[in-house]
Amino acid sequence: MIRVNQVSFTYPNGTEALRDVSINIQDGEFLAVMGQNGAGKTTLVKLFNGLLKPSSGEVLVDNVDTKETSVAKLARSVGFVFQNPDSQLFCETVEEEISFALRNFGFDDLKVKKRVTWALNLLGLTEYRATSPFMLSGGERKRVALASVLAWDPKVVVMDEPTIGQDHRQKERLRQFIIQLNSQGKTVVIVTHDVEFVAECAPRIILMSSGRIVADGTGKEILTDPTTLTKASIVVPQITQIFLGLSDLGFPSDVIDLLSAKEIISERLISR
Amino acid sequence: MAIIRTKGLTYTYPVATKPAVDGVSITIEKGEFAVLTGPSGCGKTTLCRCFNGLIPHFYRGDLRGQLQVTGLDVKETPIHELALHVGLVFQNPENQLFALSVEKDVAFGLENLGMPRNEMQKQVDYALETSGISHLRLKAPHELSGGQQQRVAIAGIIAMQPEVMVLDEPTSFLDPLGAEKIFKVVRALNQEHHMTVILVEHRLDLAARYADHVIVMDRGKVILDGEPKDVLSSEKARLIGVGIPKVTLLYQQLAEVGLLKTNEVPLSSEEITALLRGVLND
Amino acid sequence: MSFFDGLKFRRVDSAVHLMDPRVKFFYVLAIFVIAILFHELIPLIILFLVQIPLVILARVKREWLRSLRGAAFLATVIFGTNLLFRFIYGGYSLIPSDVEHASAMTLRFLVLVESFSIFFLTTSPDHLGLALEQSHIPYEFCFAFTTAVRFVPVLAEEAQTIMDAQKARGLELEKGNFLKRIRNYIPILIPLIISAIRRSLELAEAMESRAWGAIQKRTNLYVLGLKATDYSMILISSLILVIGVYIRFSISIPSFST
Repeated sequence: MIRVNQVSFTYPNGTEALRDVSINIQDGEFLAVMGQNGAGKTTLVKLFNGLLKPSSGEVLVDNVDTKETSVAKLARSVGFVFQNPDSQLFCETVEEEISFALRNFGFDDLKVKKRVTWALNLLGLTEYRATSPFMLSGGERKRVALASVLAWDPKVVVMDEPTIGQDHRQKERLRQFIIQLNSQGKTVVIVTHDVEFVAECAPRIILMSSGRIVADGTGKEILTDPTTLTKASIVVPQITQIFLGLSDLGFPSDVIDLLSAKEIISERLISR
Repeated sequence: MAIIRTKGLTYTYPVATKPAVDGVSITIEKGEFAVLTGPSGCGKTTLCRCFNGLIPHFYRGDLRGQLQVTGLDVKETPIHELALHVGLVFQNPENQLFALSVEKDVAFGLENLGMPRNEMQKQVDYALETSGISHLRLKAPHELSGGQQQRVAIAGIIAMQPEVMVLDEPTSFLDPLGAEKIFKVVRALNQEHHMTVILVEHRLDLAARYADHVIVMDRGKVILDGEPKDVLSSEKARLIGVGIPKVTLLYQQLAEVGLLKTNEVPLSSEEITALLRGVLND
Repeated sequence: MSFFDGLKFRRVDSAVHLMDPRVKFFYVLAIFVIAILFHELIPLIILFLVQIPLVILARVKREWLRSLRGAAFLATVIFGTNLLFRFIYGGYSLIPSDVEHASAMTLRFLVLVESFSIFFLTTSPDHLGLALEQSHIPYEFCFAFTTAVRFVPVLAEEAQTIMDAQKARGLELEKGNFLKRIRNYIPILIPLIISAIRRSLELAEAMESRAWGAIQKRTNLYVLGLKATDYSMILISSLILVIGVYIRFSISIPSFST
């Protein structure tokens, strides 16, 4: 789906944001790009829809070189949800907001209506169809932004820091939503430093630090490796901390989520 | 000794129909580290604005009930006088820095108070030192990371030496490392400089371990108020979706089926590891 | 863009940077007056050259050259129009003095750019705000000035993010006729304006929380004071002014073409 070949990227002001980065994202994959602020995470994903073009190397989306096409064309297959919904909301109603991209992509009126209804329903926003997005709460605005991207049904959805500013319940709902999207075959890429959130999703993880990829593997491999995590200034998830602390008692050291933790510990406590 | 005391505090924003804070009665003791939490839109931020007089003096609206902060009646005291006693740090670090250099920004409050220059320089140095940003003193705000900007904002409050510091979700835009540094500075202020701290925070997994007192709000009302261990292990907290640390949840789930039991509910991974080790080695 | 880059303040530790902005402003004024007084090439060349030591002293040569390069386009336009006017008024013919006059006008512009560039390159906006304050301009105004400067990079970054967000939703800014192109900017302007309003509200809150308006006479962490370098700068500027005026009114100036 997306192939990044030995890409480096330098901003016009001279900041080198990516250095010789290569990754390959398969259709239907769930990927989390993690690292400290300024590690190059957002720069990397902005290559996926052509918002940034590599200074050297190449990025292929569906075998098309991003240098040879426009953002508008790439956006059809790679949807991008920005961190702050306020960077995109501008319409008088939620319905218009969601129609905006559909019209840009040349959908006809009937199709627009259908897709909007579908997207509103998907994110539980139907009652706000005619409401101004500016009257909604922060969490609801975030859902409108998400709906406005999912409406055109892109093959890949990229979300930049989706958990920032969200409370516990909103995060939980988001997590279930992402897992549902992914299980329906959508490729999902999230950019985040929220390690507890990622631990409960267990996606493939790419760990970045100062413009380089320092690790690429499954959630279990990466989140249970304190040395690698420290390189990217990420803390070990709480659950993993417990299991690493008890490894001398014969506990496995590759547990990251609450549910498995409960099962393994219960078993030990019962068999005692 | 109580440093903040509210009784039946109810506040409605000018054009709103429902109160944002509804009948809140709480007491914060001097020297406490209190964590205020609850789902988005529960009224936490509004309550913070009451503590330093932004409500009712800046926001107007309808404020009822009693509200005393460091012995002053907030309704009768102007914001700039309250600023000497209560400092407020906001969520977005970017929008609370005005000057073009760090040290000038830290001095902003003192300049407003008309403090003589030599004294001001001392206070600024002390504040920069305490928040660990002396090396950044000549930088411009846009040259700093979000975490550094937030520490500048905290330094700006420290310089004014208030008795109470209120921080409204200071780490929500920061990465874990940046958040950790903020918590360290705040903890040092509380432990070494005996400042009373009120921290509004969603991420209890990071903040719970520092707290002496946890207050949970929902829909404008205080629904839980007590020691961290009691509040976080209560059924109510779980139901309204407070971000209870995963170790505490794990403990609860094991305790429910009778596999673990202790009076000291674990709040950090170290605590539960020690607990499990004890049980398994028996 | 490069022209404005050539005016952007660089923090360098030099004697010129440490000078009082009011003194530097006096210098810019002196150069300005003299440049306007002369329309002959030779005095303007001298005026251009006498400023170069200051640029070297301030160690901003590269940025200064960039500001001149940025002004090159406008300079060409000035040269061209002057020449064109002379051509038309001279009965559709040109004599060497026309070229000299056009060059002088161009050089006058460059002299002004040169002095402004020295001023802005070596004066931090912070100092400038302070200079305004100590010139008895109301504090509210000075505060508005420094805050505006403070938020320029923030807003620029924000505009970029908004543009990216809308492009990612299929907005094509370059598409359509002139009117359509203007309309294309609505999805960028509205979020930008709304966020600016929200930002200003948050700023007001933060200011109030830090005792804004507590007393009439606020103090200042920095105070500008005149030092030896400032006095010598005042002296040099006054000399330029006096000598310039003297030459203008009592000496006839030779020219290249007559």
